[in-house]
Amino acid sequence: MFIISSAPIDAETLQQSLGNPGAGAIVVFEGCVRNQNEGKSVEALEYEAFIELAEKEGQRILDEAQLKYELFSVHATHRLGQLAIGDAAVWVGAAAVHRGEAFSACRYVIDELKERLPVWKKEHYTDGDAHWVNCQHCHSAVF
Amino acid sequence: MNVTVQYFAMFREQAGVAQELVTTDATSPQLLYNELSDRYGFTVDGDVLKVALNSEFSSMNHPLKEGDTVVFIPPVAGG
Repeated sequence: MFIISSAPIDAETLQQSLGNPGAGAIVVFEGCVRNQNEGKSVEALEYEAFIELAEKEGQRILDEAQLKYELFSVHATHRLGQLAIGDAAVWVGAAAVHRGEAFSACRYVIDELKERLPVWKKEHYTDGDAHWVNCQHCHSAVF
Repeated sequence: MNVTVQYFAMFREQAGVAQELVTTDATSPQLLYNELSDRYGFTVDGDVLKVALNSEFSSMNHPLKEGDTVVFIPPVAGG
């Protein structure tokens, strides 16, 4: 189950949804908003998504993890909108018989989400400046 | 030919709209991007750009057809 959500991430409910009596391992990754990036002091983050494609791509990534690893379940959620320092931006959880598969699946899902999900974040800095992250390849505006 | 273009993130800010109907002679997303870049001064290099046609990933050289919905995808930054 992959969800793009404007509401705060409810980690407890998500973790419960992984439950399986046969699961000896539940691994959860939570990505949070931190207060600095590349030497600049960050005040808040704003996430935007191409929701229709992000939901499909997110589910594809979870389906791939299910095929690659022996799991009972794997879920993930990505936040949208304005987030403050410390807020969870992304949650990934995997349940398996043993910890190895659960750790690997969690790692796979977060790495692929970061690489493939059509989601963008804008950093708002304490000095009032703001810019879209990961656009280091974008050349300067010509006007 | 008419296509719908949806804009996200820096493209939405640079175009000043989230979506528009574009009448164009462009036969591929690449040619359409060139045309829109001239109009709006987009600052994303073509080699890091992806595209979705009708809500699925596609190629910048895929033929465009009447009624397509086009989304140019700048470098992503989820997580």
